Amino acid sequence: MPSLKDLKNRIGSVKNTRKITKAMQMVAAAKLRRAQEAAEAARPYADRMASVMAGLTAAAAGSDMAPRLLAGTGDDRRHLLVVMTSERGLAGGFNSTIVKLARLRLQELQAQGKQVAILTVGKKGREQLKREYGDLFVHHVDMSEVKRIGYENARQIADDILDRFGAGEFDVATLFYNRFESVISQVPTARQIIPAVVEEGEAGASALYDYEPDENAILNDLLPRSVATQVFAALLENAASEQGARMTAMDNATRNAGDMIDRLTTEYNRSRQAAITKELIEIISGAEAL
Amino acid sequence: MADTMQFDLVSPERNLLSVPVREVRLPGAEGDLTAMPGHAPAIVNLRPGLVTVVAGDGSETEFAVTGGFAEINGESVTLLAERGHPRAEMTQEVFNEMMAQARRRVETARERDTAGEELVAAGVKLLADMEALGTHIGLDPNQANFPH
Repeated sequence: MPSLKDLKNRIGSVKNTRKITKAMQMVAAAKLRRAQEAAEAARPYADRMASVMAGLTAAAAGSDMAPRLLAGTGDDRRHLLVVMTSERGLAGGFNSTIVKLARLRLQELQAQGKQVAILTVGKKGREQLKREYGDLFVHHVDMSEVKRIGYENARQIADDILDRFGAGEFDVATLFYNRFESVISQVPTARQIIPAVVEEGEAGASALYDYEPDENAILNDLLPRSVATQVFAALLENAASEQGARMTAMDNATRNAGDMIDRLTTEYNRSRQAAITKELIEIISGAEAL
Repeated sequence: MADTMQFDLVSPERNLLSVPVREVRLPGAEGDLTAMPGHAPAIVNLRPGLVTVVAGDGSETEFAVTGGFAEINGESVTLLAERGHPRAEMTQEVFNEMMAQARRRVETARERDTAGEELVAAGVKLLADMEALGTHIGLDPNQANFPH
């Protein structure tokens, strides 16, 4: 049975925790809005890029002139997993869900006898994968210095991936990140970026276009840029998801702290009352004994 | 046929401009070209340079763009550029930074033994185009200090 003083201290500390989680929730809410706006603003570019790509790739995919970024190396033995997580914790299941998905895929690939390499973006994913798969790491991108995610960040990551592809380090690259669905729902997603996935559908419209210089030259120029755009989109989605996840997690934590305070307060009042009753009984029985 | 068309200038981070225009002059990779309403559908690679936008009332606005392509059809022109700045915002500092970035790309391309000659050549060409752009709008490409 904790003493009254202990209970009082305990209540005080839980109240402080609640203040912190509440503040974190509000900060996350503000950041979420900004992250969502950024993701929204980046959409037109990505959409246009995707639609032009769809037209070009549909035409080029069949021909043997197709660039390697599109056609692949003709092999799928070596895989690169790009695991994108956050730099900070306290975001609920945000990082673990990504890592879990990546780990699942990794085991699947290894079971098939494929060779796997890991590139991590963000500290948290690296920490979670390090013990088991530390020897598979090829590169780590530190995002802790980055205040606002810009296209430049995405391009550096994409350049690195493209370099490795150019050097023949892998055949297939897949991005792992959390797709932002809503504040309460973020979906861990695996997205193959190399070789480019050809989207079906809009192929017919592309035949109308004149290409200058020619289709292959544009495609060669466009494919690396498309990789960067997809990395950028994933970074932004991830940033929004992180804040969303943190907001929900901190909301839960705040509510839990509130419940705990209620429970502790009840206990505190009970023990206080018990102490008073005990004292009264002692006085009364003392008086009666006389 | 309408005498204006929709022009969108889009960067990866946001929409920079969306206006009706009478014509757009673009720095194509293989030479400048002008797009007017009714232009045949085309997709054109761009070199770093100035894009001139002529509004319905004849007023001209210029933008400096790098790394992009334009999608042209009869009713609209969409320009996707990695970077785009209104000419008025193209100060020496902005330009210096862009030059530094372009130079860094060439350097990294050279350093990496894996990168083919192509990549270096592409970087050098980019740099040359950037220099031409700078000289064209009266900025000094040599002011950009690049730390080695």
